Amino acid sequence: MWLFNSSVGKKVIMSVSGIALVLFLLFHMSMNLVAIFSAEGYNMICEFLGANWYALIATAGLAALVVVHFVYAIILTLQNKKARGGQGYAYTVKPKNVEWASQNMFVLGVIVILGMALHLFNFWANMQLVEVLHMLGANVDASLAADGVHYIKETFACPVYVALYVIWLVALWFHLTHGFWSALQTLGWANQIWFNRWRVIGNVIVTIIILGFLAVVAVYAVCPCAGC
Amino acid sequence: MDKNISFTLKVWRQRGPKEKGAFATYEMKDIPGDTSFLEMLDILNESLVNKGEEPIVFDHDCREGICGMCSLYVNGHPHGPATGATTCQLYMRRFKDGDTITVEPWRSAAFPVIRDLMVDRTAFDKIQQAGGYVSINTGGMPDANALPIGKDIAEEAMDAAACIGCGACVAACKNGSAMLFVSAKVSQFALLPQGKPEAAKRAKSMIAKMDELGFGNCTNTRACEAECPKCISISNIARLNREFIKAKLKD
Repeated sequence: MWLFNSSVGKKVIMSVSGIALVLFLLFHMSMNLVAIFSAEGYNMICEFLGANWYALIATAGLAALVVVHFVYAIILTLQNKKARGGQGYAYTVKPKNVEWASQNMFVLGVIVILGMALHLFNFWANMQLVEVLHMLGANVDASLAADGVHYIKETFACPVYVALYVIWLVALWFHLTHGFWSALQTLGWANQIWFNRWRVIGNVIVTIIILGFLAVVAVYAVCPCAGC
Repeated sequence: MDKNISFTLKVWRQRGPKEKGAFATYEMKDIPGDTSFLEMLDILNESLVNKGEEPIVFDHDCREGICGMCSLYVNGHPHGPATGATTCQLYMRRFKDGDTITVEPWRSAAFPVIRDLMVDRTAFDKIQQAGGYVSINTGGMPDANALPIGKDIAEEAMDAAACIGCGACVAACKNGSAMLFVSAKVSQFALLPQGKPEAAKRAKSMIAKMDELGFGNCTNTRACEAECPKCISISNIARLNREFIKAKLKD
């Protein structure tokens, strides 16, 4: 199958999973914005996306996307290291027009994954996971499982978490500004005109996503009772 | 008249593919600025031969920027710091008096060093042989307007055909990817009616050969485009991806 054994095929897998994850982030960010305006509204969304069958299927799908994206990143990076050869250059210069992010996508990706692990620990493990365990009959307290605002307040009351989340989001911004147009280039949807268009569109979408996420962090870090 | 300059040259010396290489340092005195980089190496080699030492081995042929034989990774750039030029088109006036100039061979697993600065670029020939041609006898010269081709398409095909297959794209790429080369070779035909009937087959077999020879996977860093002596655009890579994906989906 060409998707799995050709270089372009493997990159198509990276592109499609990456674009799907960007769409997810857009969706996630839109929901987060509600927490700035209405704590009640945000908790309604938390309830709606708790341990319901559709939310669980979507969560499994997302997990699969992340795993595929990460596993293929490792495969491609190892192949590329091998293709580069053992002997490196003694004198290197970054050519102009080469974005810093484009040459550090794997490192940025690792930061993003670590940030995601922290994020799952802060929120998912206290919310959807607790709800699922509760439904399975485990002895857990599920009274706060759908109280997303409670966990936002708790997390961002701690400046260390605020700093870690900001680092995470900045790394994600760098990763996505390259990833977005790169994905479309890999899918072949680019030429001399569309190359620049996709770069601008990508930068705008990605900046909106990251600013949206940062807004929630900032509002709750500065004013702990926001949304009340 | 350009001024004469004196500088230190750090050159990679390696006796054979399996042997360990190292940098050797040479002091160059009073080299005129209008000496080309390769002529400067000729001057050095002449002095080495006169001293009874082994001359530095490097690839070169036409010395006018069209054959694609010269290589050399000069001060961190394939073909040196000049843009849109090959090493043979690089002149010493670009360097300053007292500079240290580092000269390395192309570094890529698919381009093993043969000796000193010369690498084996047979891999590119193998990719070409896998499909970089038109196998139909197109007959004699057609009437100028018998086969109308848009000006912009003709220009793009011509720009792709400017690729001299020197391997600077692979040398510049942190992934050792040959996508810019392959995409130029696929594009120059895919854009024109003569190349269209075999376009799908060509994209598939050239990519398959490229993967087989151990070139890396393109991550769109654009280093190739920035360093290409013929300024081949990465929009060719998008076209290659498109041709390849289209061909595979059709199968």
